[in-house]
Amino acid sequence: MSEIISTIINGLSQGGVYALIALGYTMVYGIAKMLNFAHGDIIMVGSYAAFVVVGMMSSSPFLAIFIAVVVCTALGILVERLAYRPLRGAPSLSVLITAIGVSYLLQSLAQIIFGATPVMVPMFDFKFVDIGGISIKIQSLITLAVCAVVIVLLLFVIKKTKVGRAMVAVSEDRGAAQLMGVNVNRTIAITFAIGSALAALAGIFSLFVSPVTSPTFGALPGIKAFVAAVIGGIGSIPGAAIGGIILGVVEQFALSVPFLSPYADAIVFSILIVVLLVRPTGILGKKQREKV
Amino acid sequence: MKKTKASVRTEVLDKYGRPVDLKEEGMDVQVEAYRIGGGFDLDIKIKKEPPKKHDRPIVLKATGLSIQFGGLKAVDGLDLEIREGELYGLIGPNGAGKTTVFNMLTGIYKPTFGRFFLCGKDLTGKTPLEINREGIARTFQNIRLFNSLTVLENVMVGLNNQVPCTVWSSMFRLPRHMKSEKIARERAHEILRIMGLDEYSDYLAQNLPYGKQRKLEIARALATNPKLLLLDEPAAGMNPNETQELMDTIRFVREKFKVTILLIEHDMKLVSGICENLTVLNFGQILASGDTHEVLNRPEVVKAYLGD
Repeated sequence: MSEIISTIINGLSQGGVYALIALGYTMVYGIAKMLNFAHGDIIMVGSYAAFVVVGMMSSSPFLAIFIAVVVCTALGILVERLAYRPLRGAPSLSVLITAIGVSYLLQSLAQIIFGATPVMVPMFDFKFVDIGGISIKIQSLITLAVCAVVIVLLLFVIKKTKVGRAMVAVSEDRGAAQLMGVNVNRTIAITFAIGSALAALAGIFSLFVSPVTSPTFGALPGIKAFVAAVIGGIGSIPGAAIGGIILGVVEQFALSVPFLSPYADAIVFSILIVVLLVRPTGILGKKQREKV
Repeated sequence: MKKTKASVRTEVLDKYGRPVDLKEEGMDVQVEAYRIGGGFDLDIKIKKEPPKKHDRPIVLKATGLSIQFGGLKAVDGLDLEIREGELYGLIGPNGAGKTTVFNMLTGIYKPTFGRFFLCGKDLTGKTPLEINREGIARTFQNIRLFNSLTVLENVMVGLNNQVPCTVWSSMFRLPRHMKSEKIARERAHEILRIMGLDEYSDYLAQNLPYGKQRKLEIARALATNPKLLLLDEPAAGMNPNETQELMDTIRFVREKFKVTILLIEHDMKLVSGICENLTVLNFGQILASGDTHEVLNRPEVVKAYLGD
């Protein structure tokens, strides 16, 4: 029993990490109408930023978190400005291919600068806590708490602020929003900034679990988070959170059962197939009504 | 007797002896002088044109506005002059290029030739966002509200430019953010009250009845504080009662918000009921322009609408 509960908590915390990344995917999809396949690599850049601070400069992990968030936010804005904004209005396939190009560019840059060998990024030395006879890793609780706060904060920003309204307006009708005085370019840049900051946090939390990074550090979490976003209904923010949690919990359960653990990734991805068969638009996705 | 033309200088002075610009007065004086023998023969013609409302400044001026899509001249050499507080109609058969004119005036299309000015400021080639900030707002032929936002939030989006509040203050300086949110909310409520929509402020825009959605689009456009409001077929899909109400609303909006209105419309009752001046477009070119009732009775206009 205690094992199940600790697996659930680990799953929720891993799910929170997926949710943070999925939020970036889903917001960018909803507002800029593009799939940013370089999103996973932002996580990787964040982890290397942390590596520079704690691994190379032996500085405080708190500083590393701060620097990672700042670097990723700036990178998100930069990538949008240089790679995606010139393609505004281009066919979505061109933008998609550009995103894949940006992804390879970031991975290759990391490989040139830091080498292909994985490096250690020692963050905090986490202990276990004992809650009612169940031993739980502290990092799981921290991750879970931070993810919950961030998601609530994000929903608040979107529902209750001017920037949030601008985001919804741009996502619904970019042309009309522009004509009503909404700065579409700025709104999309802010979306990328927020998504990238969340990705940096996700990268840090991943380092809590295993303190090693490499140029492909972001690839698998990126793909899984994309799956989470699709399961939840891409474009929907609560959907991304739900999709992330489902994925995280299922993955942790699969890993905890000895004969299933080798297939954990396969199980995770098969959820996608099942969900898409039953609800092609995802759990909270809007049904597309064809106008005749 | 020999009659030769003589040159004369004509100058009209007012009672204080200052020269008068006759064009400004709607008058034109032509003097022809002939020398006959030892005397002069003067032929003086004074033309007086109907007085124009020159007291009001020009809000929108377009000169030779043209746009070409491939080989098609969608709009060709459009001249417009709309004065402050005017209700101006742009009419014409389907495909005449009316909405294309709106799309040029709001920066969606860049004119191939020609320029347009808002209160004397050249806005040709500016982006839709810049043009909106300069003071042109519009509604759409097919309603384009933000459906998943509430009625109030739709108007607040329109206020985005008007209430100072940056991303950083939204994120970090909460008190200031809260204050500007409060101001925006109050102003949005006020606009909705004026437009008679306040009781619906918490409805989702998509749940409003059709006529109210049209009104909300006008309210949202007004929230951007325009000098010139462009209405694209505001009466489309309305029954006669709703159209009547709409006419009152448009007149009311002009008075209340001190805004100049240019509207595209097919409903002739609405056009002849509220527009002071008209421009009729046909195949992208001006067919007629001027006083509404005079223009509507011109044979070429009747022909364009009804066929031969």
